[in-house]
Amino acid sequence: MATQQKQLLLILAREFTSNLSTPSLIANAEGTLVFYNEAAEAVVGRRFSETGEMPLEEWLVPFEPRETDSTPLPAERRPTHIALVERRPAHERYLITSADGVERVIEVSAFPLFAHTDEFVGIVAIFWRV
Amino acid sequence: MRLTIWGCRGSVPTPGPSTVTYGGNTSCVEVALDDEAALILDAGTGIRALGAELAKRGTRRIHLFLTHLHFDHLEGLRFFAPLWDENVTLEIHGPRSPVLSLRDRILRAFSPPLFPLDFRDVPAMVFFHDLPGEPWCANGLTLSSELVLHPGPTVGLRLATSTSTVAYLPDHEPALAGIEGRASEWISAGALAHDADVVLHDSQYFEDEYETRIGWGHSSVAHAVAFSEAVGAKRLVLFHHEPNHSDRDLERLEDRARELTRSLDGAPVLAREGMLLDVG
Repeated sequence: MATQQKQLLLILAREFTSNLSTPSLIANAEGTLVFYNEAAEAVVGRRFSETGEMPLEEWLVPFEPRETDSTPLPAERRPTHIALVERRPAHERYLITSADGVERVIEVSAFPLFAHTDEFVGIVAIFWRV
Repeated sequence: MRLTIWGCRGSVPTPGPSTVTYGGNTSCVEVALDDEAALILDAGTGIRALGAELAKRGTRRIHLFLTHLHFDHLEGLRFFAPLWDENVTLEIHGPRSPVLSLRDRILRAFSPPLFPLDFRDVPAMVFFHDLPGEPWCANGLTLSSELVLHPGPTVGLRLATSTSTVAYLPDHEPALAGIEGRASEWISAGALAHDADVVLHDSQYFEDEYETRIGWGHSSVAHAVAFSEAVGAKRLVLFHHEPNHSDRDLERLEDRARELTRSLDGAPVLAREGMLLDVG
């Protein structure tokens, strides 16, 4: 086939999150950020069409995820990392700096997506401004 | 590649005077292979007459690909003559569910109260293969499968030779996840149908009928055209006809498809029982 179709669950997740007013992002099984919705754009301060697909960990760097006392939040405590690596749901409250330079406290919940025969296809993360 | 349509009605068989032109049997398509084996897509009621034909031909090796297990794609299997011939080997490929293998799912249809006989009574040698899986190859033809948008585990199929490509998507509602303005990779079955010479696609409803049946797993004629154009297909064959549509209704649907067409190479046509499609 000339092009590779996204996993059907990711297509459905994109359609679902694109209709949510809750900020949400989707990463595939390889940890590539493949989509975030308009509500998320308002929180992170950057449109997905400008960002495009990129490694999720790399995308997170400019936001400087840190604890509320400003110490850096280790990757292994980030819900997206836990959902991707340990393949289990996770939740955390932490501080970021949005692309517009504004410091924001957010809460993030991430969960893994398993398709047919328990095939891991990626994660969905939803987050809130606190 | 040569395809013969043995059934193209959707949902339930519709025999009667108002459906004689396009037929009332449910989904079944035969793909000619250059050997003594048979390749069949789906086991709707159209497979019963095909089975009688294969018995006449003496075909003893059959590959059957099921897109999904809704009854209109499976119910003919129990009345498929080769299944009741101990000299036949039948390889059945189809989607498993998250909890049951293809074999276990099909066995449910072969047990009381749905059927008087048990699968143990079947004399043919039957082997089951879960989809999606690795592409299946025979005689220069490659058949690939992907999960597509339709309620329950459902695959679409892409058949490719060195000179031609056909996509078979009899039950498909890509509009549920978006078609227009989407990159092909984000469209359900976008890769399966990409640049296909022919797409056999679900076009069960007129646009106004679709509005009250969103999420039922089927497409409007407008969505069938939009999908085919979005993936760069060349020709569209309108498939899985609504059981309430008479031959005359279907001809209006075909007219509507032609009105909507912008970039296909040829005008969309209605699938009909007995139709031969030579591709490439």
